[in-house]
Amino acid sequence: MAEAEFEPQIVAFTCNWCSYAAADLAGTSRVSYPPNVRLIRVMCSGMVDPIFVLKSFEKGFDGVLIAGCHIGDCHYISGNIKAEERIGKLKSLIHTLGLGDERLRLEWISTAEGGKFAETIKELVGQLKQLGPSPLRKEVRA
Amino acid sequence: MEIKTGVYICHCGINIANTVDVEHLVEAAKGWDTVAVAREYKFLCSDPGQEIIKKDIKELGLNRVVVASCSPRMHERTFRNACQQAGLNPYLFEMANIREHCSWVHSDKELATKKAEALLRAAVRRVFYHEPLETKESPVSPNTLIVGGGIAGIQAALEIADSEHKVYLVERDPSIGGHMTQLDKTFPTLDCSQCILTPKMALVGSHPYIELMTYSEVEEVSGFVGSFKVKIRKKARYVDEDKCTGCGLCQEKCPWKVDSEYNAGLGKRKAIYTPFPQAVPNIPVIDKEHCAYFLKGTCRACEKFCDIKAINFEQVDQIVEVGVGSIILTTGYDVFNPSAIAQYGYGKYDNVITGLEFERMSSATGPTGGEIRLKDGRQPKSVAIIHCVGSRDKNYHEYCSRVCCMYGLKFSHLIKEKIPDADVYQMYIDMRCFGEGYEEFYKRLCEEGVNFIRGKVARVTDRAISDEEKGKLIVQCEDTLLASLMRVPVDMVILCVALEARADAERVARMFNISRRADGFFLERHVKLDPVATPTDGVFIAGCCQAPKDIPDTVAQASAAAARALAVISKGKVILEASVATVNEALCQGCGRCEELCEFHAPKVSRKNGQLPVSTINEALCKGCGACAVFCPTGAISVKHFTRDQILAEVEALIEV
Repeated sequence: MAEAEFEPQIVAFTCNWCSYAAADLAGTSRVSYPPNVRLIRVMCSGMVDPIFVLKSFEKGFDGVLIAGCHIGDCHYISGNIKAEERIGKLKSLIHTLGLGDERLRLEWISTAEGGKFAETIKELVGQLKQLGPSPLRKEVRA
Repeated sequence: MEIKTGVYICHCGINIANTVDVEHLVEAAKGWDTVAVAREYKFLCSDPGQEIIKKDIKELGLNRVVVASCSPRMHERTFRNACQQAGLNPYLFEMANIREHCSWVHSDKELATKKAEALLRAAVRRVFYHEPLETKESPVSPNTLIVGGGIAGIQAALEIADSEHKVYLVERDPSIGGHMTQLDKTFPTLDCSQCILTPKMALVGSHPYIELMTYSEVEEVSGFVGSFKVKIRKKARYVDEDKCTGCGLCQEKCPWKVDSEYNAGLGKRKAIYTPFPQAVPNIPVIDKEHCAYFLKGTCRACEKFCDIKAINFEQVDQIVEVGVGSIILTTGYDVFNPSAIAQYGYGKYDNVITGLEFERMSSATGPTGGEIRLKDGRQPKSVAIIHCVGSRDKNYHEYCSRVCCMYGLKFSHLIKEKIPDADVYQMYIDMRCFGEGYEEFYKRLCEEGVNFIRGKVARVTDRAISDEEKGKLIVQCEDTLLASLMRVPVDMVILCVALEARADAERVARMFNISRRADGFFLERHVKLDPVATPTDGVFIAGCCQAPKDIPDTVAQASAAAARALAVISKGKVILEASVATVNEALCQGCGRCEELCEFHAPKVSRKNGQLPVSTINEALCKGCGACAVFCPTGAISVKHFTRDQILAEVEALIEV
């Protein structure tokens, strides 16, 4: 497959209170972004189990986005702080596995930031296009 | 039991069907395991649409339902109810968001259809693992907390208290009343602001169902709708509220003068003070930062002259804890500081003042007794009123502050009333006179001989270039209707400054767990259809803390917020989240990690009947955030409706298409 034709597949775990709603707002305001992303609604970014992330890569996703409320705005007080700690550790694991830790991204997107949601997706798609397909995805395909 | 899933795909008119090939989705779904039926319909949320689902549940014996349509934040409840009405547990339902997350953000039909198929498949795979769940109820405290004692808080408090339910009204200043007490007249009727407000303030002060806590601030909020626990700091007044009669002698005798916040810095107050004569409660406070006794250890004049010994320098802050069912935030606004716009000369030229300063000057209770005066005491003979200062300006606030046009017009009238021969200029971008009687007021002003100049002011300067301009402030602007540049020499310039979010709005939003817009104001749950609720159940907002608005809109919104709080009270119970954490006791080793982590104190490790210690979740306290489930080292905890199986089923399905 030629480099230019590669379309990365992204799964996004978005918290019910902020980022999922931000994606809804992007829709309502018709702010378009690439269709490479698919959302999974979770109640809190702190609910995202490392197994969800690892499984996503194993299944062949090129990128994983976890999006939650801004620090201080968590509906559950500190779920996003817990997520931040955990994703930090997970990133080094992803790096060790040779996947490239840029494939895992944590972003704070509030209910009102439909535009930021769309921008984040655009940016991530661009970045993953540069990185190329996930090594695991190649294995899956082979 | 065999899983029989019904799949329903909504066209949403053309909203979905124009971008997503609905027929294709139906055909694809028909081929999936567990799918017993797949149908499409123009508007599934309509009654006939819901009927289709209900009929299938009954006739085909469906035990799972998936709807692909809009966001679950819109219609999840609608379809859950439909399932329930047909005898299916509402948690055996799942929704795929193919509108907000697909048809509205993508334009390529092929790619959008592919994505929609993936989302639909994920929902079908997920719902396979769903379990029937039961909701529980929790009782509601009949008390309400209102934060902010301006007109919004006053209105909401009276509405609720009049229904004989207790209200705690917390105000951080020494008196209630808010910005409205500072205004002179109110547009467009020209009612005296205080004359219409003070009767309501007095009612609040004496209402048997209102516990007024002035000079107090909320410190901590915990709990949830129906049973919030709130800690309030009652700041030390250094005056015994039970003894003080409000005679005012202490204020008279206090030798220390400070700029008066109430008079927008134009007048002075004492170090012991009530902000204004009609203050409620009429009990002074000692401003510790300016009191000579606190600063230097001597004076105590107020104490000497107080016959009833109400002054108490030993007083300390008190923390009061109250339990309430709902909370209404009416924390108001700050006014924009125009010194940020250097070219308008605020702070540089004496006679460039803000709208609020003019209100105090024009008010009969103000420092000049209602006389409009220049700094040197002369009467101004010409006044320029500059609109949109800090509003509708990308450099400051993009939004329209909604009241400035009207208060600017009102100033023209007040000036003309007091100084009939004065020349008054309105420099505006657009006149926005949208409210009841507002356009009529504008027409009236046009006939009162006010000069309207349409254009944004470039700058205010004192550099004269002709004799006529000497000793004057020159307003340089463009008249866009005449397409000419102008220099207007005047004695006084009034800046119609923007209303902006409170400087501490971020902290307050955090404390009450609500969101803010990019402009800093509190965000309502839905911009059009839910303007008083917030994402946190039981926390409502009203007045200018939500967005700039005039008094009638503020009062209407405050009454609406009160109605919502009363609805919580009259229902008397709240439905608890069914999606809570649960412990598999066979796996739990009782390590207590969950107990340490939980912000809501839901898990408790204990020995049941002398057995090994295990964790148990108090479902009334659990919010279902899942923090414990992720951290549980043995995987004993899971969150109902967000189990590992359910999420991983989504992951797998999403990559397949």
